[in-house]
Amino acid sequence: MSSVRVLVGTRKGAFILTSDGKRKKWDVSGPHFAGWEMYHLNGSPADPNRLYASQSTGWHGQIIQRSNDGGQTWEPVDNKFVYEGETSTHQWYDGTQHPWEFKRVWRLEPSLTDPDTVYAGVEDAALFRSTDGGQSWQELPGLRSAKGNLWQPGAGGMCLHTIILDPTNPDRIFIAISAAGAFRSDDAGQTWKPINSGLKIQYELPDPAAEVGYCVHCLAMHPSRPGVLFMQKHWDVMRSDDAGESWHEISGNLPSDFGFPIAVHAHEPETVYVVPIKSDLEHFPPDGKLRVYRSRKGGEEWEALTKGLPQSDCYVNVLRTAMAVDTLESCGVYFGTTGGQVYASADSGDNWTPIVRDLPAVLSVEVQTLK
Amino acid sequence: MIRVVLPPHLRTLARVGRELELQVDEPVTTGSILDALEAIYPMLRGTIRDHVTKQRRPFIRFFACGQDLSHQPPDAPLPEDVVTGTETFMIVGAIAGG
Repeated sequence: MSSVRVLVGTRKGAFILTSDGKRKKWDVSGPHFAGWEMYHLNGSPADPNRLYASQSTGWHGQIIQRSNDGGQTWEPVDNKFVYEGETSTHQWYDGTQHPWEFKRVWRLEPSLTDPDTVYAGVEDAALFRSTDGGQSWQELPGLRSAKGNLWQPGAGGMCLHTIILDPTNPDRIFIAISAAGAFRSDDAGQTWKPINSGLKIQYELPDPAAEVGYCVHCLAMHPSRPGVLFMQKHWDVMRSDDAGESWHEISGNLPSDFGFPIAVHAHEPETVYVVPIKSDLEHFPPDGKLRVYRSRKGGEEWEALTKGLPQSDCYVNVLRTAMAVDTLESCGVYFGTTGGQVYASADSGDNWTPIVRDLPAVLSVEVQTLK
Repeated sequence: MIRVVLPPHLRTLARVGRELELQVDEPVTTGSILDALEAIYPMLRGTIRDHVTKQRRPFIRFFACGQDLSHQPPDAPLPEDVVTGTETFMIVGAIAGG
């Protein structure tokens, strides 16, 4: 029988939530790495028992943990992330140049085919890869050559937060950086091009046709259609039908097009989920109502999903890495909040239930569907 | 033997108790203690000092014999009571925030 394992990273540790395919009763394991910030945990598609976790604190910096048994036991692996070559610079908040400084790993993305190969998206933004199960890390420095001197941090830091591996083309990788934009490699990460044409910044950038400088919050793709990308930008929900060569807005009737995560249904490539947030100054849902919005038409037309979600006095946020889907026949959708709730829907978002209510602030949610 | 006290997060990371003992060749310095510590507990590399520059991390302090040794050069000899194991060499996560 199928089962589901939800990997939750929080401000003060990691939690592993498991259920059978019915997704009604849940076991909660944790906190793992209690007291540490867990920015991301992720499992290998090639070996679901192989997990990687990003663990950090301001005192002790970055640790990478690896599990070979689905999170029952962990071992620290290499935590040495050293940028290649001479220390270069990027733009600071005030427009001056600032040297690249490693701060933490935001995202760990295991290879689709090899459990020992894993990518790490870091702050200050760069992409690293390990091919030995995390025992050593090497930067893919071509990314920072894509106008890195013009990249600038967003409010949360200059983080590489999204990594998407194309299941039909092992040479193609998409990444996104706040606040530099989206980038694509077609040669397995050696060289990169900005893919931000069509993104709008109403007032921040003096050059409306600038290749970089866009605050992309999250990207999502359905594996059956790797040329179609969905984007939650700082403001605006966007879509590309040509692998990022051009983008058009699909915000439509959303109550706010500001937000952080975006996800695609496991079996319906035109069904997309976002969580509207009031604004960049007010990081909580509009009107105090926590609503997931679903489009079944690839954008533009959105419906509010509210059953089981708080519809008054709710002022939590849902961070960019904190929403995911399972691949069971009736697609499950999951998200975590800064208030410590992890909500699950076993019916594509029609009905929601909190799996847990009182965790530390949730930083990330990933789901593994186990056969 | 040199007696070293680790901060709580590093005890759980290295799976050790509050205090551990290290064999350190003389001269015993902050640098030689950390070299020995990281050789036995490689998971601690980068958590007390930078991997490359060997600079102490900003929120880490070193104390021994009632003295703050954080700002001494890493090759400065440590007090005799640390060398003999009478006193512990304390690695402390500085308090920050409120």
